Amino acid sequence: MKSKYIFAIIVIAIAIVIVVSMTGDASSYVTFSEAKELSQKGYQNSIHVVGELPKTLSGEISGIEESPDKLSFKFDMVDENGFRQKVLYANPMPTDFTRSEQVVIVGAYNGENFIAEKILLKCPSKYQEDPEFTS
Amino acid sequence: MIHYFEGQLGHVFVIVAFVTSIVSAYAFFKGRNSDETWSSFGVKLFYVHSIAVLGIIAILFYLISNHYFEYHYVYSHSSKTLPAYYQISCFWEGQEGSFLLWMFWNALLGILLINTNKFWKAPVMLIMSLTQVFLASMILGVVILDMKIGSSPFMLLREVIDAPIFKTNPNFIPEDGNGLNPLLQNYWMVIHPPTLFLGFATTVIPFAYCIGGLIIGKNKEWIRPALPWAQFSAMILGVGILMGAYWAYETLNFGGYWNWDPVENAIYVPWLVLVAAIHVMIAYKKSGSALKLSLILVVATFVLVLYATFLTRSGILGNASVHSFTDLGLSGQLLIYLLAFLTLAVFLIIKRWKELPKSKEEVSTYSREFWIFMGATVLCLMAFQVLAGTSIPVYNSIAEGLGFELNMAPATDTYSAYSLPQLLLSIFLAILSGTGQFFWWKKIDKSKLKAELAIPFVVSLVISAIIIAIGKVTDPYYAILLIACMYSIVANGKIFFGIAKSNIQLSGGSITHIGVAMMLIGILFSSGYSTILSKNYTSMVWSSEFPEEVNRDNLLLFINEPRQMGEYSMIYKGIRKKTKEEGFVDQNELSLTLNPLRVARAQGDSYDTLTLINPENSYFEVEYHNEAGLAFTLFPRVQINDAMDMIVYSPDIKRKVSADMYTHVRTFPDPEQDVEWSEPKEIKVTIGDQFFINDYVATLDKMEPISSISGDELDINDVAVKAVINVQGEYSDYQAEPIFVIRNREFVGRIDDEIRDLAFRVSIQNIIPQENAVVLAYQTTQKDWIIMEAVKKPWINLLWIGTFLLVIGFVVAIRRRYIEFMKIRDKGVEVL
Repeated sequence: MKSKYIFAIIVIAIAIVIVVSMTGDASSYVTFSEAKELSQKGYQNSIHVVGELPKTLSGEISGIEESPDKLSFKFDMVDENGFRQKVLYANPMPTDFTRSEQVVIVGAYNGENFIAEKILLKCPSKYQEDPEFTS
Repeated sequence: MIHYFEGQLGHVFVIVAFVTSIVSAYAFFKGRNSDETWSSFGVKLFYVHSIAVLGIIAILFYLISNHYFEYHYVYSHSSKTLPAYYQISCFWEGQEGSFLLWMFWNALLGILLINTNKFWKAPVMLIMSLTQVFLASMILGVVILDMKIGSSPFMLLREVIDAPIFKTNPNFIPEDGNGLNPLLQNYWMVIHPPTLFLGFATTVIPFAYCIGGLIIGKNKEWIRPALPWAQFSAMILGVGILMGAYWAYETLNFGGYWNWDPVENAIYVPWLVLVAAIHVMIAYKKSGSALKLSLILVVATFVLVLYATFLTRSGILGNASVHSFTDLGLSGQLLIYLLAFLTLAVFLIIKRWKELPKSKEEVSTYSREFWIFMGATVLCLMAFQVLAGTSIPVYNSIAEGLGFELNMAPATDTYSAYSLPQLLLSIFLAILSGTGQFFWWKKIDKSKLKAELAIPFVVSLVISAIIIAIGKVTDPYYAILLIACMYSIVANGKIFFGIAKSNIQLSGGSITHIGVAMMLIGILFSSGYSTILSKNYTSMVWSSEFPEEVNRDNLLLFINEPRQMGEYSMIYKGIRKKTKEEGFVDQNELSLTLNPLRVARAQGDSYDTLTLINPENSYFEVEYHNEAGLAFTLFPRVQINDAMDMIVYSPDIKRKVSADMYTHVRTFPDPEQDVEWSEPKEIKVTIGDQFFINDYVATLDKMEPISSISGDELDINDVAVKAVINVQGEYSDYQAEPIFVIRNREFVGRIDDEIRDLAFRVSIQNIIPQENAVVLAYQTTQKDWIIMEAVKKPWINLLWIGTFLLVIGFVVAIRRRYIEFMKIRDKGVEVL
């Protein structure tokens, strides 16, 4: 029976390693101020911030700057607390970026700027609910 | 006019299906111990149930194909222009339809089981009917005591959507539907979901044999009939998963075939556990050990399939997945479904636990059971590893339920979160699948072990060394995985030739193992060593705020301007439309007609019309040149779907034996945005003059009077002149023909002509007859461009070849187990 227990202990040990590394790899949803705090504490992992793109009174999205070669861009994002932050993204601007309703950015602070590695867009989908009918 | 009758009939069928599944479950329960009266009553009810399910499907399809947009399901998922073969896909775009598809397979499989296995009929069909009860409840669409049970596909639009129009006009029917999600308009999406759902549906069969066996006290006999079904299920599920991967590779734009998306993970996990279950079931059949483990793994597989359903359909994933599922408010019901079967299984296992035979003495390291057991353990650990990470949104919800906030988000680095751990465990898997086969087929002890394994080990080491040297496999993990896979191929190959000589029917295992090892090597190279050709080294750093290590994997290509990229020079040639008659045609040559599918093209003075295959699609023609000239041309695609406001990019792939050249466009000028033109510049020219427009050499060939403008005859008092200007582009000449009109002898009109490829437009500003000259005005704009990524994926074909071997291996194994089961059933040796 002895080796059976050794085997079980090994399997449990691996399972524990898996769970621990899973929690280590997991990211978290935070606000910009929390993200900044984390980066000042030296936390290296990427985090998620949920927010919206700020709009001017006429409904245009403000704060977008595209690089001349179009391969990267900067934009402003406002998080749940209303904090406005400049975000840098080293990839081309997604075609439907300005049409998005909600933006989730994945990345981390680098000094005063937030560097996004990934941008997830939630676009208003007519197909979800409430289509506008015209007869 | 609203068609009430069809929907009401459909709803009646839903209720009939629900009620008959309950009653047949009850009848099969009563008849579980071979009570023929009850079980034949159950069979009759199950047939009625199956007819009702077919009725639901037929009516829903009728509503879709007749465009009855007064129905919410039809309105949401189809449209008038949707081709017939995609109307089938409407079934799996919506949740209700996909539950229906699952029910359909279950009903079909139930009928198959009724007619193949008499003894097991009642207990197995009891479980099959129970799953149908739950599935039918998902589309029931009734409200009892404020509780919504299921969501019916036969709801009218006005019952679902609270739009003001229905207050003024309750009989309002929209002109057209919303259409099918563009991502689903792909041939793989016609066959992938049914395959996957057949996989889902088949996982219930081993579970049904297992639970049915426990109910009637046949605690171990269930394994024999369950085994071929488990193998069939693993094969179909595996094929379904890989079809999904292939679809993602061809259609989606994340640059690969696997993204560790929760939806992918959710089905990968039960597949791994099912494969582990098959292995321990085979071990049980050979030696009578590992019965308890077989029970647990078969149950776990089905529960994990239900968990996958819960994850993907309850809306719990939220932001975590690219797959968007509308939350129909069925999460509670899905959870009940999951917990009901889990409780039933746990209760029965505990009840029968003491009756299960105790496992025999210590398992020796030299026994085949030991190796199979190890393999199953590694498979389960792999499953657990993926499950732990994928369930993060569930932890959040549980924490919320307990009253505190967890705010965990899915891992951002999928390499360290999934790829690396899976890779490490795969190394063990490959080693075990090679060595395990030796122990399986040969009685091996300490002395023999060396002799048997030495040659395969040395051979695989030599081959791996060569590959490592040529392929520059420098990553130690990759190198070890490569050696382990090579070892698995060589060892299983040796076993295969040994068995094939005597009885090829037994070779299923070794073929499957070779397939898996090849798949792993294919993944190793195509993912681990994919090289980005469009790496942008030259680009200046635009902003100093960016950290230095940001990735620059994309390239900006202006139209007709070649850029060197590794061994290729690439030229973007412009946007094309795909027509039935002539294939790809330059978009600039085409103009719209009233029919969205037809476009007109000027041919001299007349027009011919062409038929577009899909008006939403535009293709970017990209040429790849090497030293020898044009190597190949790719047409990555963008699909712009206005109804859903979706812009979907799809790659194009040049397939070579040793590598795929994968090209995909990230972005291009938004066609909805207005073009910004420069200030007009004037230039005075006479006929025959050469001049420059936007740095292109242009010649004013002639001026000629015209009598009609785009088909409209001119009035007698009108005069019109057109200038014919020839412009030399990079690769071909273009003709600009601006027009100058004087209407009614006094009003001047100017019709400019735009040459999109050369980014200018020109008009006739004035005509000076005395000097025989014209004043032209031209404006320039930015040239058309695309930003694209080009990736070389080496040896991806090994992944697909490995998949085929996997399937062949499964077919051989299923055939063997099924023949064995039939023989014993027909002999009546075992209780049947």
